[in-house]
Amino acid sequence: MNNPQLNSNGELIHLLSLDGLSREIIHGILDRAAPFTAVAEREVKKVPLLRGKSVFNLFFENSTRTRTTFEIAAKRLSADVINLNINTSSAAKGESLLDTVDNLAAMQADMFVVRHASSGAPYLIAQHLAATRRDHIHVVNAGDGRHAHPTQGLLDMFTIRHYKKDFTKLSVAVVGDILHSRVARSQLHALATLGVPDIRLVGPQTLLPTAADRMIEGEATGAPLRVCHKLDDGLRGVDVVMMLRLQNERMQGALLPSPQEYFKSYGLTPEKLALAKPDAIVMHPGPMNRGIEIDSAVADGKQAVILPQVTFGIAVRMAVMSMLAGGGTAQ
Amino acid sequence: MKIEIRNGRVVDPSSGLDQPASVYVAGSKIVGVGETAPRSFQPEAVLDATGCVVCPGLIDLSARLREPGFEYKATLESEMAAAAAGGITRLVCPPDTDPPLDEPGLVEMLKHRARQPGFAQVHPVGALTTKLEGKRLTEMAELAEAGCIAFGQASVSIVDTQVLMRAMQYAATFDFPVWLQAQDTYLTQGGVAHDGAVSARLGLAGIPVLAETVALTTILQLAGATGARLHIRRVSSAAGLALIRAARADGLAVTCDITINHLHLCDRDIGFFDAHARLDPPLRAPSDRDALAAGLADGSIDALISDHTPVDDDAKQTPFDEAEAGATGLELLLPLTLKWAAERQMPLAQALAKITSEPARILGLTAGCGCIAPGAVADLCIFDPAAKFTVSRERLKSQGKNTPFLGKELQGEVRYTLTEGHLAYSADRLL
Repeated sequence: MNNPQLNSNGELIHLLSLDGLSREIIHGILDRAAPFTAVAEREVKKVPLLRGKSVFNLFFENSTRTRTTFEIAAKRLSADVINLNINTSSAAKGESLLDTVDNLAAMQADMFVVRHASSGAPYLIAQHLAATRRDHIHVVNAGDGRHAHPTQGLLDMFTIRHYKKDFTKLSVAVVGDILHSRVARSQLHALATLGVPDIRLVGPQTLLPTAADRMIEGEATGAPLRVCHKLDDGLRGVDVVMMLRLQNERMQGALLPSPQEYFKSYGLTPEKLALAKPDAIVMHPGPMNRGIEIDSAVADGKQAVILPQVTFGIAVRMAVMSMLAGGGTAQ
Repeated sequence: MKIEIRNGRVVDPSSGLDQPASVYVAGSKIVGVGETAPRSFQPEAVLDATGCVVCPGLIDLSARLREPGFEYKATLESEMAAAAAGGITRLVCPPDTDPPLDEPGLVEMLKHRARQPGFAQVHPVGALTTKLEGKRLTEMAELAEAGCIAFGQASVSIVDTQVLMRAMQYAATFDFPVWLQAQDTYLTQGGVAHDGAVSARLGLAGIPVLAETVALTTILQLAGATGARLHIRRVSSAAGLALIRAARADGLAVTCDITINHLHLCDRDIGFFDAHARLDPPLRAPSDRDALAAGLADGSIDALISDHTPVDDDAKQTPFDEAEAGATGLELLLPLTLKWAAERQMPLAQALAKITSEPARILGLTAGCGCIAPGAVADLCIFDPAAKFTVSRERLKSQGKNTPFLGKELQGEVRYTLTEGHLAYSADRLL
């Protein structure tokens, strides 16, 4: 089976998932992102790598924050950016996903940044473009269902590499609603591919896939995923704590009894964080639910790197977009 | 019309016959099998079956013709042509039409529409409850009179176990067979793929094996208590099969079937979100697939079905979780049976039994159906077991082009199909 995000030379043509990407490709993106962090410090925060290119932000699911970071990244690369919130336009009129894509492709798009509520929707788009010989249009997955959020996974790896340098000696805990989390899936693939020897999945059984310990395969086969139902076991001695957002709709009902009880068992407080290594970093993809998954004292504490994650996110997205459609580098 | 089928290898699973012979057909019946023609037999047509197998016409225990209600997905004409091209001469329709087959008039209309020369004989399964809602029993006696051979719920489970018990009691009263798929409604809710490693990795909502085993436990218990004649459709898991085996060991007379897709495929075949692999029940783990293939061989599973479900492109060219479940199958039943037989190095007669004599037994059609013998109905399939072909949209006669086997090379090509002595299909376009 051909991985639709790679061409026949094994080069990245779309970014759909971190599943199936090699260590070289992931490090290549992170290496490319590094100089872009400096672009933001300049007086003129622009480089001309995507000048004349049209980037369409196709958001079939609302997200102001992610859309904005992609928009900033594309604009700093000098691209023309068109934002479409499709859940409020065509889909409501009954137009199919592929009809929407065909119409926008006819407007000479160079890149689609896609967010969709269904797992795999960006694959459908990429496969459709390939089948209709339009694979010069690149697809970037900005989050699909529960499946993947690859740029988030990459910016998380960029952040870890920035603070910890070497992946191969780290213990990492991913805490929260792993079952419904596309962020977690992207993080796990990247962590395993980059050689992290101890990855702990922490959460109650209702928020973990039945086959949680077999969530990754391919190059990452045999990666030491370990399920911990107790937060203490998950945090003890780790270098990195990656918190996940708990969606409002999951907080009551048959998955969890209440937000209060969740905080009691899985909320990251200073006392719990003390179980991790003293220099452990705390990450969160945002937006945070203070007092539900994370205590304010931790979120605002000196171990939190949550705001640097946001800054790095722009650089990483610039790296991905320029790599797919630009060709040049920041220098 | 008198037809001589010459130079073929005659394989009749019901008797174990497997030898070179000619088959002589007069009118709707087989009048002779052997080296020499019956006395004064003058063929009006001769079919050359050199290099071919002559076997009873296939009997498919589940094929959706999409009429009434879904004519934009398929019509009786398109699907009957597909059945004939697949060597199928009898098929069972589940009641999930629109409206569902819950009134005698609908069943009579379907039977009437399907009663044409060269069409496979259609055996409808009537709805067990009105509109398949699981609340009120249908007029089963009336429906049986109109032609229903069993009663079931297609893929809609009865949530209220009291209604399920009453339905089985009532059917048992008249000795009507009850055909059910074991799927717990709540455990299936929202799921689109087997709850396992693949769904965990791809972020697809899972349907656990428990959805099958929990429902199956209830159904088997109720069948034991009510005495209903039970057939379990579309078993998908090793654990489900184990429950059926155990119930049989306890003396329950239960039969079951599996689909060609579940026989050969598993959740890994979803690949990169291939909507053709979106099926009901979901494709399960490789170990489940292997257990089903073994169970079909050892007799724990009685029959193999195409579970033919033509789906229009619009309903498949969507993200995986929005795609309509189902796959086209009438034209793949035979080659996928042969593939399974070849993989297990099984005698041809034993393999073909799963799509001829065994389904005939489940349907209670023992006299002169699903066999090759003088006096039997001339329902015949003549195929070249060595011919290879690639499954393609162009080749499929069904209006549904949806199958996970698209692009795959298979072996075993139908040359001629006879339904009641009528040449329904010829690969040579003699028609």
